[in-house]
Amino acid sequence: MELVKGELVGIVGVNGVGKSTFLRTISGIQPALKGKIFIEQKDRETLPAPKLASLISLVLTNQPISKNLRVAELVALGRQPYTNWIGSVNAQDKQQIKNALKLVNIEEIQHKRCYELSDGQLQKVLIARALAQDTPVVILDEPTSHLDMYHKAQVLKLLKNLSQKTNKAILFATHEVNLAIQLCDKIILMQENKIVKGSPQELISENAFDSMFPSDLIYFDSGSHSFRIKTT
Amino acid sequence: MHTPGKYKLSFALLLFLVLVTAFLNISLGSVDIPFSEVFAVIFNGEVSKESWRYIILEYRIPKALTSILAGSGLAVSGMLMQTMFRNPLAGPYVLGLSSGASLGVALVLMGASMFGGIALSLLLSGWGMVIASSLGSLLVLLAVMAASIRLKDTMAILIIGLMFASLTSAVVSVLSYFSPADQLQQYVFWSFGSVGNLNWQEVGVLSFFWALGIILAITRIKNLNSLLLGEQYAKSLGISINRNRAVLIIATSFLAGSITAFAGPIAFVGLAVPHLIRQIIPTNDHRILLPAVILGGAILMLFCDIVAQLPGTNYTLPINAITSLVGAPVVIWLLVRKRKFIF
Repeated sequence: MELVKGELVGIVGVNGVGKSTFLRTISGIQPALKGKIFIEQKDRETLPAPKLASLISLVLTNQPISKNLRVAELVALGRQPYTNWIGSVNAQDKQQIKNALKLVNIEEIQHKRCYELSDGQLQKVLIARALAQDTPVVILDEPTSHLDMYHKAQVLKLLKNLSQKTNKAILFATHEVNLAIQLCDKIILMQENKIVKGSPQELISENAFDSMFPSDLIYFDSGSHSFRIKTT
Repeated sequence: MHTPGKYKLSFALLLFLVLVTAFLNISLGSVDIPFSEVFAVIFNGEVSKESWRYIILEYRIPKALTSILAGSGLAVSGMLMQTMFRNPLAGPYVLGLSSGASLGVALVLMGASMFGGIALSLLLSGWGMVIASSLGSLLVLLAVMAASIRLKDTMAILIIGLMFASLTSAVVSVLSYFSPADQLQQYVFWSFGSVGNLNWQEVGVLSFFWALGIILAITRIKNLNSLLLGEQYAKSLGISINRNRAVLIIATSFLAGSITAFAGPIAFVGLAVPHLIRQIIPTNDHRILLPAVILGGAILMLFCDIVAQLPGTNYTLPINAITSLVGAPVVIWLLVRKRKFIF
């Protein structure tokens, strides 16, 4: 499986199929159960942690983040792999932080503290932090959980724009299959015994989504490219 | 991050308060010494009574220095633990570190008779107490740490800390029961807490461990800031979580252990100071927080010691009682104030 710069790739699959495990393995939070991961032709296992931090950035959910941090402070922590021993930011770091805030369009809330933010805003702040880390790969684990339908669409649309504007490879796990089909360049569909990857169109024409869920409640409607409730 | 210059005024105020409380701490006591004479002693001038010079140089200055070291050290260890456990209510006392240190000291003071005389001379020296008490707090810290890996819940970790405190005090009770009266008394007086019993040599030993702990903490400032995002984010920023945790544990044990060995188990300073400082300097940036917490801890401890001396009288209250009287209301206030508890 390959990840290309400038592509937005969504991972979909039922609960417990291993989406998070897969992402955590790629990002080095946990060791690989099997197989190997290469980043820019280098074996991930051989990369020292600080080097890896300049290649992959993460956006995780449900982390015990200090909500007392200001938005700009939190985004600035993305520069840690590049700062000196005590973590001072230089002019270049400041520029990166500014860019990140601008790309995600949260400049006006940069002086707020995180406990003042809505879930959607906090998610954007975390994405900005990952951008400030200035890595070719950004990995997000369910960036749209806890968000309402509008903000889910907003965050995923933002990711789509970012992948095009910044030429980063953005990989995220999601349960929003309908939105992923509309926005992703590629989709990785994880199932118990097989994993398929392709553009949404390819997967639809292969009927890959039909077997994603048990068939008693919902079905994939290839006409509307979305899952529907069974009426009978 | 903030420009450090933003808090210049706050730092100037804190530094000023350290100097004022330190001077008052040296000036006030059961023997009435005029301010001018205190100045004269400090700046090596003429003193009306030689006994005053002796009191100040051999008793009050070591006591003030001990207050500064103990207050700042406990405050820093509280700050380290709060960030490490991601828990605003963590501190060396509430998580049972002081109890662990007490156990170490109890074993030295009261267990020495059981282990025989060979180790006695070594153990009863300042270093022996420090090592035993640091080991005791290290033991408890490791146990709480192990528990915290399994339990992410704030309250559960605090309860575990309480349980360790109960366990260690149970062991101490057993030791007390079998101890001769004079050793028991020695232990009981130690457990009241006091910053006034140290000679210059012991202040030196305490300073050594204090400096070790503070230097280790300084080397971790950047990583402490990453930990504000949680361990997984910190790891993704290139930090070796295990090594970082080990260094922080050692620093905390050195600070809490050595201070407890010399000054007794002092409650609430470690927990309260980081929160009080955040009221003046509202930041979580450890580059600013660490020096501010050092100053704040020194001020609080000097102040509590002044109160404990009951200036003008011949009585001295246990310092532990005073820090609890000051610290416990702070914790209650932190818990019940309107805004949700935000770390």
